[in-house]
Amino acid sequence: MSAPGGQGGAGGSRPALEVAQAVRAGEVSARDVLEQALEQIAGRDGELRCFNAVTATAARAAAEAVDGRVARGEDPGPLAGVPVALKDNLCTRTAPTTCSSRILEGWVPPYDATVVTRLAAAGAVVVGKTNMDEFAMGSSTEHSAFGPTRNPWDLTRVPGGSSGGSAAAVAAGLVPVALGSDTGGSIRQPAALCGVVGVKPTYGVVSRFGLVAFASSLDQVGPLAATVEDAAAVLEVVGGHDELDSTSLPLPAPRLREVLAEGVGGMRVGVLSDMLADASPGCAAAVRAAAEALTAAGARVEEVSVPELLHGLSAYYVVAPAEASSNLARYDGVRYGLRVEGEDVETMNARTRAAGFGPEVKRRIMLGTYALSAGYYEAYYGRAQKVRAVVAEAFARAYLGAEVLLAPTSPSVAFPLGEKTADPLEMYLADLYTIPSNLAGHPAMSVPFALGEGGLPVGVQVLAPALGEREMFRVGAVLEAAADPKARAPLAAGARA
Amino acid sequence: MRLSAAEVAHVGRLARLELSEEELDCFAGQLSAILEHVETMGRLDVSGVAPLSHPAELRNVLRADEPRPCLAREDVLAAAPAAEDGRFAVPRVLGEEP
Amino acid sequence: MSGWEVVVGLEVHAELSTATKLFCGCPNRFGAEPNTLVCPVCLGLPGSLPVLNRRAVELAMRIGKALHCDIRPSRFHRKNYFYPDMPKDYQISQYDEPVNVGGYLDLPGGRRIGIERAHLEEDTGKTTHLGGGGRIHGAERALVDYNRAGVPLVEIVSRPDIRGAEEARAYVAELRDVLVATGVSDGRMEEGSLRVDANVSVRREGTGELGTRCEVKNLNSLRSLGRAIEHEAARQVALLEAGGEVVQETRHWNEDEGRTSSMRSKEESHDYRYFAEPDLVALVPDEQLLEAAGAGMPLLPAERRLRLAELLAPRGGDVPAGAADQIVTVVSLGLDDLVVAAAAAGADVRLALARAANEAARAPEAARGLDPAAFAALVRMEAAGRLSATQSKSVLSELIEHGGDPAEVAGRLGFEGLGDDALEAAVEAVVAAHPEEWDRFVGGEEKLAQFLLGQVMRSTGGRADGKAVAALLAKRRQGAPAEPGSRR
Repeated sequence: MSAPGGQGGAGGSRPALEVAQAVRAGEVSARDVLEQALEQIAGRDGELRCFNAVTATAARAAAEAVDGRVARGEDPGPLAGVPVALKDNLCTRTAPTTCSSRILEGWVPPYDATVVTRLAAAGAVVVGKTNMDEFAMGSSTEHSAFGPTRNPWDLTRVPGGSSGGSAAAVAAGLVPVALGSDTGGSIRQPAALCGVVGVKPTYGVVSRFGLVAFASSLDQVGPLAATVEDAAAVLEVVGGHDELDSTSLPLPAPRLREVLAEGVGGMRVGVLSDMLADASPGCAAAVRAAAEALTAAGARVEEVSVPELLHGLSAYYVVAPAEASSNLARYDGVRYGLRVEGEDVETMNARTRAAGFGPEVKRRIMLGTYALSAGYYEAYYGRAQKVRAVVAEAFARAYLGAEVLLAPTSPSVAFPLGEKTADPLEMYLADLYTIPSNLAGHPAMSVPFALGEGGLPVGVQVLAPALGEREMFRVGAVLEAAADPKARAPLAAGARA
Repeated sequence: MRLSAAEVAHVGRLARLELSEEELDCFAGQLSAILEHVETMGRLDVSGVAPLSHPAELRNVLRADEPRPCLAREDVLAAAPAAEDGRFAVPRVLGEEP
Repeated sequence: MSGWEVVVGLEVHAELSTATKLFCGCPNRFGAEPNTLVCPVCLGLPGSLPVLNRRAVELAMRIGKALHCDIRPSRFHRKNYFYPDMPKDYQISQYDEPVNVGGYLDLPGGRRIGIERAHLEEDTGKTTHLGGGGRIHGAERALVDYNRAGVPLVEIVSRPDIRGAEEARAYVAELRDVLVATGVSDGRMEEGSLRVDANVSVRREGTGELGTRCEVKNLNSLRSLGRAIEHEAARQVALLEAGGEVVQETRHWNEDEGRTSSMRSKEESHDYRYFAEPDLVALVPDEQLLEAAGAGMPLLPAERRLRLAELLAPRGGDVPAGAADQIVTVVSLGLDDLVVAAAAAGADVRLALARAANEAARAPEAARGLDPAAFAALVRMEAAGRLSATQSKSVLSELIEHGGDPAEVAGRLGFEGLGDDALEAAVEAVVAAHPEEWDRFVGGEEKLAQFLLGQVMRSTGGRADGKAVAALLAKRRQGAPAEPGSRR
């Protein structure tokens, strides 16, 4: 399997920070960078289907504004002229925000998400909205109402999900960085399957204002990028306290790029042995190789068993649908989005929702409604919250002996389109290793490390305790340097070569 | 546990989802399978464990009682499937006002 | 109905007098054009998030203080149900961890009604049902305005301690007075800023157990509250006496028909699937919040009634028969400060109370602006026999309408000459109206004698004897203030 970048040379073919540096120095205009990216998207997206919308007009205006600032000698921002793609659950005034759902088709929010405002202020240029599993429910981007995104490494395979459009766009070199959202692994898993870097920050580090909610106590916005450094740069821009999100931590964004060269000498790293047992041989081997690389770099690596973490999946598939059933109640045909008429308002609501939601969304709404309903609350929701507490406590014990933990991101490499759509439970298992961090609110990232089965990329997951982003990124940087260059999307490989 | 089609129908009404006969059957099977898997968490001992509903340990996040700009009404109603007289229009409402 | 006891518990929703809504910065204002006071948060647009209004929390805790509640750590839950005027199709409310728990409200008659809880929640928008005469069942379509959506409410839930319609009205009236006096709410039932639901049950007198209750909604005035409870209790008694059973349900009060009727209710509508609101964090009553909640807390109506009762009957004696009702009236209209000031100025308390409860109460708004010294002087003139009761009432009306000095007004109306007592009253009024100048005069500033004399001459229309006034001023300065009637 060959790495998926096409000929390169476009907006996505250089790391974001190189692009920004060139734009800031006036060596290249933001407008030219943008046109290359748009050309690349026009050329590749017909087959990949990464984008729900390409916002060329607004992007040109934004790029010209950046060039204007450069020309006037003003600071155009740390991401000046960097083309970025946004998962289509982030609210934008300039383009519809659909969550890849019929029920929101064509809806243009009258406001921008906080992360969108911050990207713009940093000089980044939003080029479009990326495809996703409907309302972020899924692990393959096949549950999009607008058709699946394809994995640039192998067009017959899924890119992972739910941020599959963002991951594939970065992997194909259409954009150097993108934002996704991660509720149970929706940034990390597609990053792993597409050979890019994906980061889920600590809960509360990035504002959720303007992120269309799936499961509010689990959702976090984070970057997907070709390099660890680019991911760090984007997180530094979008992170930090936001008074519009009550759950936003009252802290500035973590300073990450300054620690990337620090190495891991003396750092204690735990390898989650329970997560190696069921992973594919290729995925397990990648984690072991990553552990060796860290040892070689001076870390003290030990295997640890934390079996409670695997129970997170069950808790997650109660908590997330329960919150989702409530978060998605508002799509009722009254104020925005789709309406299917009915003779009374109840019928109108029920028909609208029946026509507007796809099967996976309905399944989860049903599951969550059931878990919260009278007579079942304690057995399901109440118990799931206790399991959630157990997961958090198990992590706390593990972090007594380690600063970071290592695990596979996904149990397998990218699977063929259609393989898991018939069996929801099989699809849910794709999130087995990523879910515990969401339940605990901890940060975790996936770094492309090796090629696994079929020559497809394998990501290694670095987990850290709350606000452990700096240690996590130090490990990420060391793994990136030690990784098989063939396992990573071409632009990153090129940048390091 | 095995869900009956009637139970699925009840949940569908709670969730305000119109479900076809095929969907009722399909969901009865799928939800049962998922719940069966979920129940494996019963193997974990959670006695004496305090439930965790949220990772944030923040408290008293409050804003000042100061007005901020509202949306323009034309922007508000632009997205409405039906509007009349400056308001959102819906079909008749049956039964009680909760 | 004899042999039966009517048991009532009330749920009162009070809109809080904040500048903005509970979770967003949209103005909290009644009467604006539809859908002009809305934003992504109160419209429930995808991606929007609530942020709690500090002032709303303070006002909720202020209610807790006024109702003697335990103010506790609390959190918000989501109450899930579909209704077009609820933008998110769930209501953010407090469920099993409300901010105020326990407490009581003392009614004027002396009864103490227990308060179960008083919690914060958001209001819904407003649905107008069109066609078919406006009744919900006959309507063809409905229009929704979200200006009210997200307005902060406190729901105050009483214990089932209320016995009958009259007491229910007294409870709501008292609660409204408390809310208005503390500045928490404007208490306007007609604008919907105070809304009441009644849980009504009946039981045989002497039975301890509660009967099955019905919740009665759509009570838009104290009058309809009383009528609805009477009707609903009679319906339940008739049902039970005929051997039937009361079914627990929600009933709608129809003011025009004067009866309650069952609202169609489905099992689904009562399964609210509460769970902790993940978009908000815990609320803890810290010192800063509690201090702001209690800041400038005025005397509450019950305390103000007690204050008057103690003036009337010091040392815990009995309040005279007719006075108790007058106390309630005067406190409820906010005229009690006049009576207290009159008492402090040495006027007869019983007479001051009567004038406040009868004459002043006819124009309470204007009467609240009355100069307490003038009111006190008038009461003293009447008590001293210088004015008949009829004359005194005329003077009081004039004072309320136009202000002025009672002696002067009485003179203008031709009610009296300037006898000794009237002269003394005029002096007293001037002293009361110019305390600073009086103090300086007492302190030895002789030139102020001329000022005070001038004021008396002015207030009496020049009919006073200047030498007598000067003598009175000097005598009063020596610490022997002329008490009206003291020489009798």
